[in-house]
Amino acid sequence: MRLAAENLTVVFGHGSRAHVALDDVSVGVAEGTTLGLVGESGSGKSTLAKALVGLVRPRTGRILLDGADVSALRGARLAAVRRRVQMISQDPYSSLNPRMTVGQAIAEAIDPRRADHRRHADAVTGWLETVALDGDAAARYPHEFSGGQRQRIAIARALAAEPEVVVADEITSALDCSVQAEVLNLLAGLRERLRLTMVFISHDLAVVRHVSDEVAVMNRGRIVEYGPCRRVYRSPAHPYTRRLLGSVPAFPLQESR
Amino acid sequence: MIRWTAGLKAGLAGLAAVALVGLAAPYLFGEAAQQLSGAAREGVSAGHWLGTDALGRDVLARTLVATRLTLLMTAAATAIAGVLGILIGTTVWVAGPRVRETGLRLIDVMVSYPAVILALVVAAILGAGPVAAVLAIGVAWSPAFARLTASLAASVAGRDFVATARLLGVPPYRVLTRHLLPNIAEPLLVLLSVAFAGTLTALSGLSFLGLGVQPPAYDWGALLDTGLEAIYTNPAEAVGPAVAITLTGVLAGFVGDGLAAGSDPRAGRGRDGWSPSAPVPGRRAPDGALLVVDGLSVELPGGVRLVDGVSFHVMPGEIVGVVGESGSGKSLTAMAVARLLPDGVRATAAGLRLGDLDLTGRAEPARLATEIGVVYQDPSASFNPALRMGGQLTEVLRRHRGVGRAEARERAVKALEAVRILQPETVVRRHPHELSGGMRQRAMIASAVLPGPRLLIADEPTTALDVTVQAEVLELLKEINTAEGTAMMFISHDIGVVGTLCDRVLVMYAGRIVEELPVADLRVGRAAHPYTRALLAATPRLDEDEERGPLTTVPGRPPAPSARPGGCAFAPRCPVALPICATDPPAPVPTGEGRSAACHAVGVPS
Ligand SMILES: Nc1ncnc2c1ncn2[C@@H]1O[C@H](COP(=O)(O)OP(=O)(O)O)[C@@H](O)[C@H]1O
Ligand code: SF4
Ligand SMILES: [Mg+2]
Repeated sequence: MRLAAENLTVVFGHGSRAHVALDDVSVGVAEGTTLGLVGESGSGKSTLAKALVGLVRPRTGRILLDGADVSALRGARLAAVRRRVQMISQDPYSSLNPRMTVGQAIAEAIDPRRADHRRHADAVTGWLETVALDGDAAARYPHEFSGGQRQRIAIARALAAEPEVVVADEITSALDCSVQAEVLNLLAGLRERLRLTMVFISHDLAVVRHVSDEVAVMNRGRIVEYGPCRRVYRSPAHPYTRRLLGSVPAFPLQESR
Repeated sequence: MIRWTAGLKAGLAGLAAVALVGLAAPYLFGEAAQQLSGAAREGVSAGHWLGTDALGRDVLARTLVATRLTLLMTAAATAIAGVLGILIGTTVWVAGPRVRETGLRLIDVMVSYPAVILALVVAAILGAGPVAAVLAIGVAWSPAFARLTASLAASVAGRDFVATARLLGVPPYRVLTRHLLPNIAEPLLVLLSVAFAGTLTALSGLSFLGLGVQPPAYDWGALLDTGLEAIYTNPAEAVGPAVAITLTGVLAGFVGDGLAAGSDPRAGRGRDGWSPSAPVPGRRAPDGALLVVDGLSVELPGGVRLVDGVSFHVMPGEIVGVVGESGSGKSLTAMAVARLLPDGVRATAAGLRLGDLDLTGRAEPARLATEIGVVYQDPSASFNPALRMGGQLTEVLRRHRGVGRAEARERAVKALEAVRILQPETVVRRHPHELSGGMRQRAMIASAVLPGPRLLIADEPTTALDVTVQAEVLELLKEINTAEGTAMMFISHDIGVVGTLCDRVLVMYAGRIVEELPVADLRVGRAAHPYTRALLAATPRLDEDEERGPLTTVPGRPPAPSARPGGCAFAPRCPVALPICATDPPAPVPTGEGRSAACHAVGVPS
C-alpha cells in the first residue's frame, strides 16, 4: 500500500459537544491505482481526505505512507513528507489566494521557500499547458478566471509539487461536463505517465466509477462497503450503497450517443 | 484591491492637508502663537481672525500650531491600538481552541466597554499627562482590533489556500505574510481610520478634562478647554479647536467609508458603464415576458466582446437555465442583468427591462436591490467576514424598504427558518465564517429572497456544495418558485442539475447563445446544435459500458474572447462544420416551439 489509514478515528470538539467524524476507518490505496470515495454530505469523506494529508490530527489510528507511520511526525520531517501527498480541494474559490497571481501560486508549489515566479516561468507555463490553460494566464489573478478555469489552476498547482499521491476532493463538481471529461482523461493520462496514486472523492457515482479501481462507500463516519469498483457497482452488498445508487437522477442520453 | 471612490480621495487629500498644516504651522506661526499681544480675550478682528486668549495670544495661530501635537498623539494612540490589538488577536487565534474561546469572550466584554471609560481608568492609574493619555486611549481601542483580527484570521485561515500552502511546505512566516495578512488588510485599514477618528476625540476629551496634555504644552483638546472658559466673551476661541477636531474626524471617517465601500462586493450596484445599441432585427420577446434582454453585449475597454449580442427572455414564474463551459459568459450575462458587472467591463444593449423597470439607464438602486435577488457562486465571498449575519441579511430591507430594525430581524429569522437553518436566532448573531458552506449558501438564498424579488438570479449556487446539500438547495429553490412565483435565471455548468430544476435552457458558447430548448428535450438528448450534442456526449454515465475507454471530449478549447474566429466560434471544434461556417456567423433560427439554434448545419440533411 502506498498510502493507508489504519483504524482511524477523528473527533471534533470535546466534552458534550464531541462529534465523531471518522469511526475506526481503515482503507488503503496501492501504488498506481485509484481509490474512489463516495458517500453523502457529512459522511466524512472530506475529513478522511484531510486526515490522509495531515491537515486533521486523528485521535487514534495511524496514517502509513509506504508503510511508515507519518501521523506522529512534526516540524521539518512532517513538511518533507507533506509535499509527497498533495490535496486538491473542492471549492475553486477558496483554494486560490486572491492576492497572488496564478504564476506566483504555481511557483510557490514548485519552490515554497522562495517562490520566484520569474525563475520558474518555463515550468509554470508547462504546468498551465498540462491543464489546458494558456501560458499568459500566469500573470493574471484568480478573480479573472471562471470557476472551471480556477479548478484547473488548482490542479496544476498540486501537480507542480510533483507528489506521489494526490487526494482529490470533489474536484470535478465545479467543472463543466466537457471540461470534466477533459480533466478526468488528463488525470488518467498523468496517472499512467507519472505512476500517480490517487484518492478520488466525489458525490458523482458515475465519475467515481469512471476513474476508480476500488471504491469505498462511506456513511456516518464509517466505511460500509469497500471493494473493487466493478463488484460494488454491479452487486452492491450494503443497503446504503443500494440507496445511493438508486438516488442518482437517471439521465438517459441515448440519442446523443 | 482598493477602489478609489470620490469620498476616499477627498478624505485622503483632506488629511494630507491637515498633516501639512501640522508639519508647517509651528515654523510659520510658532512665534505668533507665543506672542503676548497685551489684548486679552479680544474678539474676532482683522489682526486676530479668531480673537485672542486669556494671555492675549492669537487663537488661530495656536490652533494651527496645536495640529502637530494633536496629530502625533492621535497617530501614536492609533498605532498602539492597532499593533497591540493585532498582536492580541493573532495570539488568541493561534492559541488552542480552549484559550481561543475564553480569549474571544474576554475581548467581546472589553469591546462593549466604552473606550473612554477604560481610558479614564488607565489615566487614573498612570496619572495625568500626554504619555499616559496616549497609552490609555491606545490600550482602550485595542480590543476592537483584537476582535476583528481574530475573526478575520479565522475566516481566512479556514479557506483552502492556507491549508494548501501548508501542504506545499510553505514556511509559517510566509503563510502569514503572503497568505493571511494581505487578505485581512482591507477591513483592518477601515478600522484603523475609524479608530483614528475615535482616538482623536477621546484624546481631546482627556485634554479637555485636564488629564491629557499639561500646560504650557497644548493640543486641540486643551485649547477647547481654555476656549470654553471664555465662551461668553469670545465664542470664537472655542470654535477654532472644535472645528479642527470635527473636520479631522470627518475626514478620517470619509477615508474609512471610502475603503469600506471599495471592498464591499455589492457596492457600486447600478453604477456600471452602460450604453444603448441598435435593436436586433427580427427578434421579439413574447408578450407578458418579465425579463427581456435584447442584444446584450459586455466588452472590455479595448473592444473585446466577452458577451456578444445575446437576446433572451424569462416569463413570470419561469425558471430558465443557462449552461455552457466555463468562460462562455454565463456569469457576465447574469451580472449585467443584475447591474453588478465588475469594474473594467462595459455593457451595451438595445433593450433590457424587468417588467416596467428599464435596466439600461440609471436604474434606481432601491428598485434594483429589491426586485432582483442574487445568489452568488461563491458563498464565502458573498458576506462581509467582519459583520454579523443578522445585519447583513436585513440590510436591503432596512435601507430600501424602510423596515424597522426589530421587524427586519424578525423577518430575517423567519427567512432563515424557511431555508431550514436550525436555531436561526443564534445564527443571526454569528459571523459568516462560523457557518458551514451549505448553511452560508442557504443564508445567501434567504437574504436574496427576503425583499421579495421578482427575479432571482442564481449563479452556480450549488457548485461548491456536495451532492445531498446540492439536492436540498435545488429543492429549496423549486419551493420558493412554486410558493412565491419568483422567476429565476439559474446558471450552471452541470446539465444534470439544470435538467432537474429548469423549464427552459439556454446554451452558451464563446459569449453567444447557441441554442435554446425545453428542458424535456435536453433530458432525452434531443439537441439540435453540435455543441450541445458534444456537451451531452461528454457527460459520464452511471450505466456506462464495462469497458472504460476515455470519455468523449470535444477536441480543442473554446477560443479566447480576443481570438474568436470570424464565422461560427465553434467551427474549429465542430465535427460537422461546413465551408460557410468559417466565414459567416450563424444567426439563431427557430427550430420549433420554444426552440432555436444558431448553426448553419441545422435543418440541412446530413
Ligand atoms: N472582471 C473581468 N475582467 C476581464 N475579463 C473577465 C472578467 N470576468 C470575466 N472575464 C472573462 O470573460 C469571459 C466570460 O466569463 P464568465 O461570464 O465568468 O464565464 P462563465 O460564467 O460562463 O464561466 C471569460 O473569458 C473570462 O475570462
Ligand atoms: S455553424 Fe457550422 S461550425 Fe458552427 S456549430 Fe453549426 S455546423 Fe458547426
Ligand atoms: Mg460563472
